[in-house]
This record gives sequence, C-alpha cells and structure tokens, in this order.
Amino acid sequence: MTQIILNGLFVGSFYALIALGYSMVYGIIKLLNFAHGDIFMFGAYIGMTCLTVIPGIGSLGIGAIAIVLLISALLTGATGVLIETLAYRPLRSAPRLSVLITAVGMSFLLEYGVRQIWGPDPQPWPQAGRLTEAANWPAGLQWGAQRIDILGGSLTGAQLVLMALAVVLMAVLALYIGKTREGRAMRAIALDKRAATLMGINVNATISRVFFIGSALAGVAGVMHGAYYSSITFLMGFLLGLKAFTAAVIGGIGNLYGAMLGGLTLGLLEAFGTAWFGGEWKDVFAFVFLIAFLTLRPTGILGERVVERM
Amino acid sequence: MSWLEVDGVDVFYGRIQALHQLSFVVEEGEIVSLLGNNGAGKSTTLNLVSRIVPASAGRVVWQGDDMARTAAHDLVARGLVQVPEGRRIFSTMTVEENLMLGGYRVRDKKAISQRVDQVYDLMPRLRERRSQEGGTLSGGEQQMLAIGRALIAAPKLLLLDEPSMGLAPLMVKQVMDIIRTVNQRGTTILVVEQNAKAALRIADRAYVLDNGAVTLSGPASQLAGDPRVVEAYLGG
Repeated sequence: MTQIILNGLFVGSFYALIALGYSMVYGIIKLLNFAHGDIFMFGAYIGMTCLTVIPGIGSLGIGAIAIVLLISALLTGATGVLIETLAYRPLRSAPRLSVLITAVGMSFLLEYGVRQIWGPDPQPWPQAGRLTEAANWPAGLQWGAQRIDILGGSLTGAQLVLMALAVVLMAVLALYIGKTREGRAMRAIALDKRAATLMGINVNATISRVFFIGSALAGVAGVMHGAYYSSITFLMGFLLGLKAFTAAVIGGIGNLYGAMLGGLTLGLLEAFGTAWFGGEWKDVFAFVFLIAFLTLRPTGILGERVVERM
Repeated sequence: MSWLEVDGVDVFYGRIQALHQLSFVVEEGEIVSLLGNNGAGKSTTLNLVSRIVPASAGRVVWQGDDMARTAAHDLVARGLVQVPEGRRIFSTMTVEENLMLGGYRVRDKKAISQRVDQVYDLMPRLRERRSQEGGTLSGGEQQMLAIGRALIAAPKLLLLDEPSMGLAPLMVKQVMDIIRTVNQRGTTILVVEQNAKAALRIADRAYVLDNGAVTLSGPASQLAGDPRVVEAYLGG
C-alpha cells in the first residue's frame, strides 16, 4: 500500500511538472498547447543524447542526471519560445481553433522531426543515467541507487532527490508567479492584455517567458521519465500530453496549484489503478477520471475556489 | 512647441474611417477635455495617442518626438499613461497588486511604495480596501483604483477615458475633484468625456469632436456658454 502511494507520488511529480506548463500557457493565452507533451518527449531525447555523447559523463552518477536536466531544460525552454514566436504569435488575434490546429501541427512536427533524427525504434536510456539499476555508480554516490525505506515502502535515493527537485521547482514557480513583478505581469496579461499593455508590460516578451518556463519544466520531466522507465519513444509525448491535460483538468485548468494537485492526484490514481486492475488498465483509469471530471466538475478540484487564473 | 501635438491624423477600422484629419494640442500643465457623443472618435483618439490603434496619416508628437515607432508598452516609460474606458482593473488581483502593476516600469522600489502611500492619502477608500480583490469594489472605487494605478507610474500626461461613466452624481464630483487635485500637483491631463458639464467644470480648454473631426474648440469657460455646446451637449 505504502509502495503504491510512493510510486504514485513519484510519477505524479513529473505529471505535475508537465501539467504546470500546460496550465500556464492555457492561463495566459487560452491555448491548449498540444505540442507540450512533445516538448517533454524532446527533452527526453536531448537528455539521452547528452548522456551518450558527453565524454566521461557516465562516471558521475546522479551528477550526470543533474547536468543532463539542466541542458535539457534550457534547450526545451528555447524550443518552446521558438514555437510560440514562429507558430502561435502570428495567430494571436486569429480564431482560437486556428491556433489549436497549429498546435497539433507543431506536435506532429516535433514527433516526426525526432523520428527523422533518432529513428522510429524505442531508444534505451543510457545506463549511466538510470535510476533503477545504477549498480556501477561511483563510490560516494551509491546512495543514489540504494533503496531507502519510507514507512514500509521504499524509493531509491535518486528518486527522492528528483521528487525533491520537482517540489522545489514548483515552490519556486509559485513564489515567482505570486510574489514577483514578472509574475504579477503574467497574471495581469492572463486577465486583460490591453490593460497590461497600458501598464507598460511587454505582452509578447512576457508570453515568451511563460513558454520558456513551461517548456523547461517539461524538459525536466522528460529526463525524469527516461531515467525512471529506462526507455523512450518519439510518440511518448502524445500520451503524456493527454495525461498532463487530464491532470490540469482534474486540478482546474489555468490554475497553478491545480496543476500540481492534479498531477499528484493522477499519479496516485494510476498507481492504484495499476495495482488493482493491472498495468494495462492504467491509461483507461486515467481517462475515465478525465471524462468524469469534464462531465461532473469541469472546473476541476480548485477551479471554483480559486478564481484567479494562472 | 506644444507638449502633445496630434497633427492631421486619419484612423481607419477596416473600411470605416474613425478620425478625419484630426488635429489638437495639449500644453504642459493643462487639463484639456475632448467632448462628443458616442462614436464621435473620443476613445479612438486616446488609443491613437496610446499607440493602441495606428494612424494611417498624420503624426502624433510627444515632447518633440514623433511617436510612430514607439511600442505601446514603452509609452509608460515616456510619461504617457492611459486610464482606459471601463476602468479595466485586474479584477481578481488585490487593490495593492493593481497599484503595484501600475509601477511595473518603475525600477525604484522605494519610489513605488512612496507613491502607493500618496495614492492612499489621496483616496483613503483604497487604503481601507488594499487587500480586497479589485472586482469587489464599487464602480466609483474601481475608477479611483484605475486612476491610482496610473499615478504610480508618475505620468507627465495622464489620459483619462470617460472617468465619470456609470457613476452616481456624487461620485462623479469626487472623481473630478481627484482629477483636479492630480493636475494641481503637476500632472497634465487629457480627459475624454460624454458628461460635458462635469468635464467643462474642471478643464482649461476643450475640443468638441463630431464624426471623427474637431468642430469646436476654445477655453472651457467660453465653450460652456456657447449656445451650440449648450444645445447639443449640456441638455439645453
């Protein structure tokens, strides 16, 4: 039981990271960014490539994962900004359906661009960056591969570090959005772009910033995914994107805390679904909850209580 | 040279021409009012100055510089700040956060908190409601908040779009008094109004707009006695 909860929280923490980007973008420009899941996938491929090509990275243990996380976050962040600037910005005043379809197009572009470069087959995650079987990690970093008991269940040290990282990232983001000048500007744009412009806010630059942050978080989640499941494919962003959307809806789309809560909730639901009905029912379980929330409570868990978007 | 010069401007919305060869000036220290009925082009004129709508002919010159290449969001840093029609306060953010956003382009944090205090002194109602969400305020309080928010940027020229709209007569008087006080403290004001009576009471000069062009202009006291203005805008 405890083990199920721990697994659920671990998976949920990276669902939450992806859902955050989904939700932030929706909050600020009311776009369901279908390419977001593919940014996550792209992040995983960048991570895999770094682990393969950077000389000597294999001897760094969890340090390798840290380096790869950083590179992947920066590159996916830049990719998100590029997509927003080239594909979405010219359509800022177009009907929402046009932008939505453009987002689907960007999703295909990323999926088949990655397939073109790395090939159609699932790619094994390099040994050096795996969380589950890092038996040959260097001395002093062995704790990263060892299982640590928590209330009768257990997670590896590296898993705990990654979960802590996800929590820290979310806390920093919440502070940034809630308390800083730039965060206030983001919330202002979400409410009224014209009024925000009249305050002297550069709306385009601020929207770019939102895309950078959201995409970078997805890149981090991509590396976490690869390190945990040990295998990645060019289509994995599709399903994960839908899951992140589900998490955002469960929490209340456009709401920052909702995305975090929704991600963790979805991770737990899936973990229990797997334990009770078997792994093949995991996705069914997740999407049944999506349908249930869309019909019974479309505003999500926090949607009504917290009116403030983003 | 005048502080603000609008010179022979045409503005189109698609095929509809909203402003026809519009020209007017605002001098430092004045309160200038643009009067006119619905659809006369008053808001378009303010949005032209704020660079929200583009001119297809003519120029807008602010302190000697042609503004044609300046982005709307950079005008705040140049001292041009608009209080938009319908107030457009950030409804789910607190009064204090709204004021902070007014200071988005002000780098000096101390200056911001000083000005927030000054706004609270000028409009004590806002201080009482500082941690309330903007959307929960009454119409008059929202108008005060919108003006206060603009003041945090320390504008040289404050553009006000229909500040009296939808307010009870007593509140109109309060808001007009606030505008006069702001002017007396050194801010030049361009105010667009349908309520000609209230506007002419505080303005130094006024322009009457009809169908996107200036039809009458002059000192406010003179216009208030002009039979054409009395008949058309002051209700006989």
